[in-house]
Amino acid sequence: MSKKIQIALTVNGEAHDILAEPRELLIYVLRERLNITGPHVGCETSHCGACTVTLNGKSVKSCTMFATQADGAEITTIEGLGSPDSLHALQEAFREHHGLQCGFCTPGMITRAVRLLEENPNPTEEDVRFGMAGNLCRCTGYQNIVKSVLAAASDINTAKEAAQ
Amino acid sequence: MIPAAFEYHRPGDLSSALALLQEHGDDARVIAGGHSLIPMMKLRMAEVPHLIDLQAIDALRGITIEGPRVTLGAMVTQHEVIASDALMAVAPILGEAALQIADPQVRYMGTIGGNLANGDPGNDMPGLMQCLDASFHLEGPEGARSVMAREFYESAYMTARADDEILTAISFTAPRGGYAYEKQKRKIGDYATAAAAVMLTREGSTCAAASIAMTNLSDVPVWSAAAGAVLVGTDVGKDAVKAAVAAALADIDPTEDNRGPVAFKRHVAATIIARAITRAWGRA
Amino acid sequence: MNDLTPDRDDRVAKLKGLGCSRKRVEDARFTQGKGNYVDDIKMPDMLHGDFVRSPYAHARVVSIDASAALALDGVVAVLTAKDLEPLGLHWMPTLAGDKQMVLADGKVLFQGQEVAYVVARNRYVAADAVELVEVEYEELEVLVDPFKALQSDVTLREDIAGETSGAHGERRHPNHIFLWEEGDKAATEQVIDSADVVAEEMIYYHRTHPCPLETCGCVASMDKVNGKLTLYGTFQAPHVVRTVASLLSGIEEHNIRVVSPDIGGGFGNKVGVYPGYVCSIVASIVTGKPVKWVEDRMDNLMATAFARDYWMKGRISATKDGKITALEAKVTADHGAFDACADPTKFPAGFFHICTGSYDIPVAYVGVDGVYTNKAPGGVAYRCSFRVTEAAYFIERMIEVLAIELGMDAAELRRINFIREDQFPYQSALGWEYDSGDYHTAWDKALAAVGYDGLRAEQAEQLAAFKRGETRKLMGIGLSFFTEIVGAGPVKNCDILGMGMFDSCEIRIHPTGSAIARLGTISQGQGHATTFAQILASEIGIPADSITIEEGDTDTAPYGLGTYGSRSTPVAGAATALAGRKIRAKAQMIAAYLLEVHDNDVEFDVDRFVVKGAPERFKTMAEIAYAAYHQAIPGVEPGLEAVSYYDPPNMTYPFGAYICVMDVDVDTGEAHIRQVYALDDCGTRINPMVIEGQVHGGLTEAYAIAMAQEMAYDDMGNCKTATLMDFFLPTTWETPHYTTDHTETPSPHHPIGAKGVGESPNVGGVPAFSNAVHDALRPFGLRQLHMPHDHWRIWKAANDLGLHD
Repeated sequence: MSKKIQIALTVNGEAHDILAEPRELLIYVLRERLNITGPHVGCETSHCGACTVTLNGKSVKSCTMFATQADGAEITTIEGLGSPDSLHALQEAFREHHGLQCGFCTPGMITRAVRLLEENPNPTEEDVRFGMAGNLCRCTGYQNIVKSVLAAASDINTAKEAAQ
Repeated sequence: MIPAAFEYHRPGDLSSALALLQEHGDDARVIAGGHSLIPMMKLRMAEVPHLIDLQAIDALRGITIEGPRVTLGAMVTQHEVIASDALMAVAPILGEAALQIADPQVRYMGTIGGNLANGDPGNDMPGLMQCLDASFHLEGPEGARSVMAREFYESAYMTARADDEILTAISFTAPRGGYAYEKQKRKIGDYATAAAAVMLTREGSTCAAASIAMTNLSDVPVWSAAAGAVLVGTDVGKDAVKAAVAAALADIDPTEDNRGPVAFKRHVAATIIARAITRAWGRA
Repeated sequence: MNDLTPDRDDRVAKLKGLGCSRKRVEDARFTQGKGNYVDDIKMPDMLHGDFVRSPYAHARVVSIDASAALALDGVVAVLTAKDLEPLGLHWMPTLAGDKQMVLADGKVLFQGQEVAYVVARNRYVAADAVELVEVEYEELEVLVDPFKALQSDVTLREDIAGETSGAHGERRHPNHIFLWEEGDKAATEQVIDSADVVAEEMIYYHRTHPCPLETCGCVASMDKVNGKLTLYGTFQAPHVVRTVASLLSGIEEHNIRVVSPDIGGGFGNKVGVYPGYVCSIVASIVTGKPVKWVEDRMDNLMATAFARDYWMKGRISATKDGKITALEAKVTADHGAFDACADPTKFPAGFFHICTGSYDIPVAYVGVDGVYTNKAPGGVAYRCSFRVTEAAYFIERMIEVLAIELGMDAAELRRINFIREDQFPYQSALGWEYDSGDYHTAWDKALAAVGYDGLRAEQAEQLAAFKRGETRKLMGIGLSFFTEIVGAGPVKNCDILGMGMFDSCEIRIHPTGSAIARLGTISQGQGHATTFAQILASEIGIPADSITIEEGDTDTAPYGLGTYGSRSTPVAGAATALAGRKIRAKAQMIAAYLLEVHDNDVEFDVDRFVVKGAPERFKTMAEIAYAAYHQAIPGVEPGLEAVSYYDPPNMTYPFGAYICVMDVDVDTGEAHIRQVYALDDCGTRINPMVIEGQVHGGLTEAYAIAMAQEMAYDDMGNCKTATLMDFFLPTTWETPHYTTDHTETPSPHHPIGAKGVGESPNVGGVPAFSNAVHDALRPFGLRQLHMPHDHWRIWKAANDLGLHD
């Protein structure tokens, strides 16, 4: 064991000061110290993306980052995307288009898709398939995930137009 | 998978980072994006008592384009490469290669410097940099020096970088002509079964210059001078491509792994190189 | 009655019952990150367990020194087989009648085997302590080839070395587990030996792994004050786990509560009982504290249950015009170090003898030899009913080989041998009674949908272009017609550890007209909370949105055998419908009383009972529910509840027609999928949206298995595919696009005619993908290429056929 150090994280808009060992991975700090259990551990070698969170505007796999590397960062997890009364368009779309089954990959999947649509608001199916390729799903075969992301893109754009 | 304990350092400038490297010697390693090192630490195949995080060193960041000369800070990420319109305008082969590395999340974190300095024969950027004839800028206790990409790789994970040096930047002259980065892999996130970077310039109907490099076909990236030389002065027709492929194959030494046996890899390499040449010529 | 009375169609729609694509009720929590999986469970003072695992595939354990680990601050205990032996827990029974070491007892038999169990304050200390346990091994000769194992002088299982018979009869060699036979061997041989045409082939269905995205794990919590053990875990069969835990630990069953929380995919991986569960229970009993054990991905791939690994030697005979006359299958099954197959007790090779498939084959024989090797134990049904995917792959390959032998189109060969619609219920030569089917209609629909004749013409053109040197890609058309056997099963011949494979449903209607139903199954993503409510809505006239479905808590749910082998809908779904009918029967009496007519003078109509001939006189189910709790009704007990335990009279036999079109690049070995068409007939369709989702998912697993996914070992028994870098799970980029279709042939014996669908796409998909690869290279003489069809193996096949010369 090495000595614990102070780490400051802003997660879903809330500031946290955490005392942790340097070797503690961001995923475990989120899940076990902050009780943010939406992101999951799937493969531990940065292949599956179940642990995906948004960190300073980047989609990252939080199982392959030490919490101390994220010291000072702003993090958004699935829990920070919408509220029960007002779901994010992607949360709505995944339900509407059956984009999930067991739900284990879903938080990482949706969190990644949010960032994808921020960078590319009008993706093609190919863009979605390429942009979501860092997230594995064992249940859905992806077809309805792709459909959900495309539908959400359209919903978000429609809402933006209506707001203008 | 839990790594062994370590001390974490986040120096704010290069000299502090170098001092830490000196202080802790073999016990220290620098970390950039971490997507090679952290899995190794989690598997306890790499023990790093002192981890030196380079993220706060601004001098290692940024893409600079001055005339034909391009300089990339070692901490420039694959994502930043792809997203840089200016860089894509002068060296689109970088984007074409970067898009074939890992997946979106890993590309946000993975850096050019990490990909180059790690010395993993599976990494894509080393071959590409050899194709571009890039130079690598190192800083250590003795000061700064440069090593050509084509001189940098010694064997798997062994490079010309001394343990107390840090790769700070990469520079190269913006390529002219046609280019292609061709890669065969089993799936997104995999290393190459075989990959090839090709740059060709055309004068009239003949090839004026050619540079061909390969990834994961030896314990180091392979730049094949002979393969390039074969193409120069030809029309890059079927026979010329065939001769270039033969020359390239003479320079590689792939090993068997889960991707397949040696004969297969050599055949795939031949196919990939031919495709890359043909595609690059089509753009030249 | 008045203008506010909605018309009948509206009332039906409001129920969201059978046949509608109801959106899933589970999704609210999953899309908001509020699922509750086992690793989300956190209890006060909870300890963490982790294993020391064997680096060797076969070695004697000379000594284990845990002193350095125990000296580490935060380490609570290090358990070895010696510690478990006094409790009788150093070995445990498997589901297949064998036993398995919980912790290495003198030797290790596969790489990754559990050697010692470390219990520590947190996962970090536990991981450090694992590194500090010193184990001295003496390496032994490794057997990874089941054929060589049967010839070897090396005895793997010394604990049973002298036993000449096991749970399934005679053992003819120390590394032999059983020979299981079905059918008429002599008659089959006689027909084949004198047949016009015989095709013979060895077909290997390689070893793979279910690899759900969530690994296996548990939290064991022994409350020493009250003497109660609570076990949370990733269990596909929580009730069975409770019974096993009671038998093993000696804790009375009423003092054990097993809870399966949300499960992140199962696919068969979470059926069995693993050493991690046993050690965690023991550790919690010893320490009096909750103990969590969650395996990592390498543990999961290396040590928990694998799937397949069947070497299938086949012979099939036919008349000159293609009528099949006999089928023979001689299988060598690599079971690894312990026989831990998850099959009904009487079926050590599962339902492999469904291998006559969709064809009317008069005589057949199956013999399966189980063999021990130095590989991980298991043999689970990875998204299939027990060994059905092996059977379907076998027959669908044999058909293709026979077509080559006959010089006949494989689609036509299938057509002329299908069991005809008028033959159902159909008695197969290997003892099954197929419940219903209309194969010709499904096949014709599928061939028409893909434009089969056009595809063959296109293929011929591409082949000609290939031969002219204009392309290096060959087109393959992969055909597959499968019949599954799911819904285990009749209690008279299906049990797990002696417990009959019934299932159950208990319903409580609340006074205000909503309801809760509890089942003995457990969803791992199938959407039971959505679909079982639909079954019930149609049965009892209460909207699905007003019905809560609950599973997985053994303290509250009725006993059931769990979810695997596509058995939830065929068995628990039937129990649900029948429990619903009990509710309806009582509701009818209450309605008649309220309407002041005789019981027989009211009839059920969507959401109410109406007086026959006077539909304006009715009582809604909500009104009846209210009355059941508020009114004294002569001769009727208060309340409105029912329970049903369903013992199915037969299995169900879903079927389907799958077609895959691909281009195979002979130089790179890559296969580019152009098209995948999947027609499923799963009987009555409960929720088309959920069915389509199941088919997409199963096809993707089939694609992975056929094209690249494997558990590979080197000669030393080292696992070569223990991370997701090498164990192939396709991303959205590689995964093909699917077109789904259906016919609907209800099961005659199921209360609502449903057959189950979750595993069909895996069973039917694997031969479709594999046959396409074969079909592409067939013009150059390819007969049989073992899976997986990854780049280098396709390349090698092309190379062997001289396509690189």
